[in-house]
Amino acid sequence: MPGPLLDPGQWEAVRLTLRVALMAVGGALPVALLLASLLARPVLPGRPLLDALVHLPMVLPPVVTGWLLLLLFGLHGPAGAVLWRLFRARLVFTGAGAALATGVMVLPLMVRTIRLSLEAIDPGLQAAAAGLGAGRLDRFATVTLPLATPGVLAAAAVGYAASLGEFGAVITFAGSIPGRTQTLPLAIYQALQVPGGEAVAGRLATVSIVLALLGLFLSELLLRRLRRR
Amino acid sequence: MTLQVRLRHRFATGQALDLSLQAPLPGIVGLFGPSGAGKSTLVSALCGAFRPDWSEIRLGDRVLSGPGTWLKPEARRIGTVFQDGRLFPHLSVTGNLRYGAKRAPASASGPGFDEVVALLGLEPLLRRRTRALSGGERQRVAIGRALLSRPALLAMDEPLSALDAPRRAEILPFLARLRAHAGLPILYVTHQRAEAMQLCDTLALVEAGRVVACGPVAAILSGAMADRPDAAALLEGVVSGHEPERGLSRIEADGFALSVAILPLDVGTRLRVSVPAHEVVLLRPEGAALRTSAQNALPMRVRAIRPAGEAEAVVVLEPRPGGNAVLLARVTRDSVARLELAAGVTLVALVKAASVSVLNGREREWTSRPG
Repeated sequence: MPGPLLDPGQWEAVRLTLRVALMAVGGALPVALLLASLLARPVLPGRPLLDALVHLPMVLPPVVTGWLLLLLFGLHGPAGAVLWRLFRARLVFTGAGAALATGVMVLPLMVRTIRLSLEAIDPGLQAAAAGLGAGRLDRFATVTLPLATPGVLAAAAVGYAASLGEFGAVITFAGSIPGRTQTLPLAIYQALQVPGGEAVAGRLATVSIVLALLGLFLSELLLRRLRRR
Repeated sequence: MTLQVRLRHRFATGQALDLSLQAPLPGIVGLFGPSGAGKSTLVSALCGAFRPDWSEIRLGDRVLSGPGTWLKPEARRIGTVFQDGRLFPHLSVTGNLRYGAKRAPASASGPGFDEVVALLGLEPLLRRRTRALSGGERQRVAIGRALLSRPALLAMDEPLSALDAPRRAEILPFLARLRAHAGLPILYVTHQRAEAMQLCDTLALVEAGRVVACGPVAAILSGAMADRPDAAALLEGVVSGHEPERGLSRIEADGFALSVAILPLDVGTRLRVSVPAHEVVLLRPEGAALRTSAQNALPMRVRAIRPAGEAEAVVVLEPRPGGNAVLLARVTRDSVARLELAAGVTLVALVKAASVSVLNGREREWTSRPG
C-alpha cells in the first residue's frame, strides 16, 4: 500500500519493523515469564549468576551483544551449526535473525517488568491456594498468572516499544538488507548517510514516533480494561 | 481421632520453639497466648507453609510430617483461614468459594455449596468483587472457601483479630455454628480470652515458644489460668427452666443450679456461662440464715486454694467432690485466714445473677452432634 508519504521500499521497512517487533516480543515473552518467575522465587541457588546473565544485554554495548550472537548463531557457531544441520535454517542476515537480536536486547526490560509484578503478589495467596489443594503448576496458572497479567502486558508493551528502536545488535547480527533485515532505525540511519536524505529520514522518523505512541496507547487501554474487570 | 503436634525450631534470631500438644477431635482446639509466642508458627507448620527443624504432626492416623515425611501443603487438606482473609483479588466471591470446592477430594464428605452459603449468610455477597467486601464479610467468605475444600481440619489463625468489636460479634455466632455443626475439627488461634472461652473445647496455652498447658477448656481456665487477674470459671450447662414472674432463668451445669437474668432461650438449650472469680463472695458458716440480694447462694466445698499475686488467693470450689465443673473465687489472703479456708471446708458461694455471663446459646438445629 504505497502512500503519498513513503515509497514502496520504505513501506516495506515499516512492515518489516512491525513484524520483527512482533516476533521478538512473541518469542521473548514466554522466556521472560519463565526467567522472571525463577528470579522472583524466595530461594534460588545461583540467582546472582542468572540475574547477571539476563541483564547482560542491557549493560553491554549492543554491538558486542550482536557479535556474541554472531559467534553463537553464525553458521560455524555451536547453535547455528546445529540449526543448519537439523533444519537447514540460518538466522544470520535474515528477518528471523533480526527478531532474535531484538528479542535478546529487549528481554532484560521485559524480565524486570514481569518480575516486579510477580514480586508485588502477596505470597500469602500462594499459601492460601496450596491450602485449598492447588499444586505448584495449578497455583501458577490460577493465581500467579492472572494476578501478573497487567505486568505481563506492560512487559509486552515496553518490549514492543523498545523493539522498534533496536539498532546495534540487529545491524551486527542481521545486517541492513533492504526488504529483509532493514528495519526503520536502520533505514533512517541509511537515509541520513545520503546527502539530502533528511526529508526521507524525517518521514521515517515520524512513522516511527507514531508506531511507538500507538503501542503505548494500546497497552494503556488494555491495562485500563483489565483493571475495570 | 486426635491431633498431635510436636515441633522444634530455632530461628536465626536465636528464638527457640519447642511446641507439643495433643487434642481430641472433633471439636475446637484453641491455641491461646500472647503475640509472638509461636502460635502462628505452629499453624504454618501444620498446613505445610513452614518447615521447622524437626516436627512430627499427626491428624488421626495420617502423618503430615515426621521422620522422613513432609507432605506438601496441597496434600495435607488443612483448610486455613488467615487474619487477613487472603481472598483471591482476581476472582469474585463465588469464584473464591468455587476455588476451594473444585479442588476438594471427591472422597471427602462435607457441606455443599448451598449449605455453606446458608451457614455463613453469604447469599447477598456472591456476585460481589472481593475488594468491595467489609472485613467481616471477607472473613466469612474465607471460612466458606476453606470449608468447601472439604478439609480434614480447619485451621483459623486469629481470624477475628483484624476486625473491630461489632464485626467480631457478627462473626462469632457463625463460628459457634461451625463448632456445633458437622464433625469438622478446628484449630483456633487467638489471644482473646473471650473467644477461647466461647468457642474452644480444648485449650493449649502457648507462652514463649512452649505449650505450658493443654486440656479441656474449663479445666485450663480453673487450673493453669486460675491465678490470672481476669480468671473466670467456665460452665457447660443447659437451660432448665424460666421464672418469668421473678425475671429469672435457671441453668443446670454439672452439679450447679444457677439463677441468671431471664434468657431468650428455650428450655433445653445448651450453653456456656462464665463466672468471673473476682465477683464470687464466700460466706461462712454455711448454715447461716441470711437475706442477700445475690440470686445464687451455692453450698460448696473447697477443693484447693492457690496463691494469686501478692496478697490474694484463688479458691477452687466444687459443688460435690470430684466433679468436673468448678467455680473460682478470688479473695484476699486475709479473707482466707479469717474464714479459716482450707481444702475440704464447706461454705456458701454468693453469685449475683448479673455476674453470670452467657457466652453462647447453641441453636437447637445445630446441636445434632451426639453427646
